Amino acid sequence: MIGFVTALGRWTRETIANTGFAARVLFEIVRSSGGLLRRFRLITTQIHFIGNYSLLLIAVSGLFVGFVLGLQGYYTLNKYGSEQALGLLVALSLTRELGPVVTALLFAGRAGTSLTAEIGLMKAGEQLSAMEMMAVNPLQRVLAPRFWAGVIAMPILAAIFSAVGIFGGYIVGVQLIGVDEGAFWSQMQGGVDVWNDVLNGVLKSVVFGIAVTFIAVYQGYQSQPTPEGVARATTRTVVMASLSVLWLDFLLTALMFS
Amino acid sequence: MQKKSLDLWVGLFVLLGAAALFFLAMKAGNLSSLSFDKTYPVITRFDNIGGLKPRAPVKSAGVVVGRVAAINFDDKTYQATVTLELEQKYKFPKDTSAKILTSGLLGEQYIGLEPGGDTQNLAAGDRITMTQSAIVLENLISQFLFSKASEGKDDQK
Repeated sequence: MIGFVTALGRWTRETIANTGFAARVLFEIVRSSGGLLRRFRLITTQIHFIGNYSLLLIAVSGLFVGFVLGLQGYYTLNKYGSEQALGLLVALSLTRELGPVVTALLFAGRAGTSLTAEIGLMKAGEQLSAMEMMAVNPLQRVLAPRFWAGVIAMPILAAIFSAVGIFGGYIVGVQLIGVDEGAFWSQMQGGVDVWNDVLNGVLKSVVFGIAVTFIAVYQGYQSQPTPEGVARATTRTVVMASLSVLWLDFLLTALMFS
Repeated sequence: MQKKSLDLWVGLFVLLGAAALFFLAMKAGNLSSLSFDKTYPVITRFDNIGGLKPRAPVKSAGVVVGRVAAINFDDKTYQATVTLELEQKYKFPKDTSAKILTSGLLGEQYIGLEPGGDTQNLAAGDRITMTQSAIVLENLISQFLFSKASEGKDDQK
């Protein structure tokens, strides 16, 4: 019994301490990134690494999600004789939900893990300590550019995902199944609101970008400097990033579309 | 040279994102139908607006000539006050009548304007007095059932 209470107390203390430390790291990253504007190439390099290399995965996933939405949506809508609304269904589900969420999940797997592993190995190889010895702040030199690159790349990837997905729905719905092309686009334009749907989707992807990238760099920074520690940190990145994306999505949807 | 090509790829990536966003706004969204033409407000009153919503189209002869700006309830007359924003380039006679119509059997509701024969035109803030409310399907069905039931009673006598 006493052991249980002790464990509970320790867990509570550690949770609070970790949360506080994470908040301080985030604050430090944001505070120290003013100097990055003068060395923007640090961010550009990371956008190339995070964004450009994820592009193919995101585009292909978007295309197939669009295909599936077109097929499934057609079968369901066909039962009610309203297959003209297929365009609206595909566009709304992509811009509001699937675009930001699926992109964030893929992004956590594709870019988040590599960020964690890279920073974790830098720590294991004592490169971060070496930087501190040379009076270079590793938060500013290593973490901040990666963080901002992720925040910038994520909305771009989500927009590409949604656009490619709508194109995929168009290919299946209009070209293969034969839904009327005019109705497909006009119903979509009638129902999708630029501010309510498209812009809120972009806003969602920005929030997901901040969450996923911060979790990734923080886990790398906090990892045990051993091969096993880096492996654990990488796993934790995927689990925590995915869960927080889904949780944040519920919260944002409740706030935005209520 | 290598830095240059890296910048090029990142630039292409950002451009692709901007193009995707542009596609979402123009082709999927309704930004292209957003008109910046000048409009003038006209007020109408309906006994029942059914499922009419703000931003619903106002059509005359099937062509969109404006949009519903606001819907309010007037507790003096117990009627719905609907403010329409008509495009400046379209003029309507003063005795124009308005009715709430439905596109298709279950489609969205819109306001149809039927021009009258007055020589004077509607100006900003004018009221359209002749209106016809939305047809509420439930009322129609209940009326139909009621008349059927009373017919049956007559037969029994």
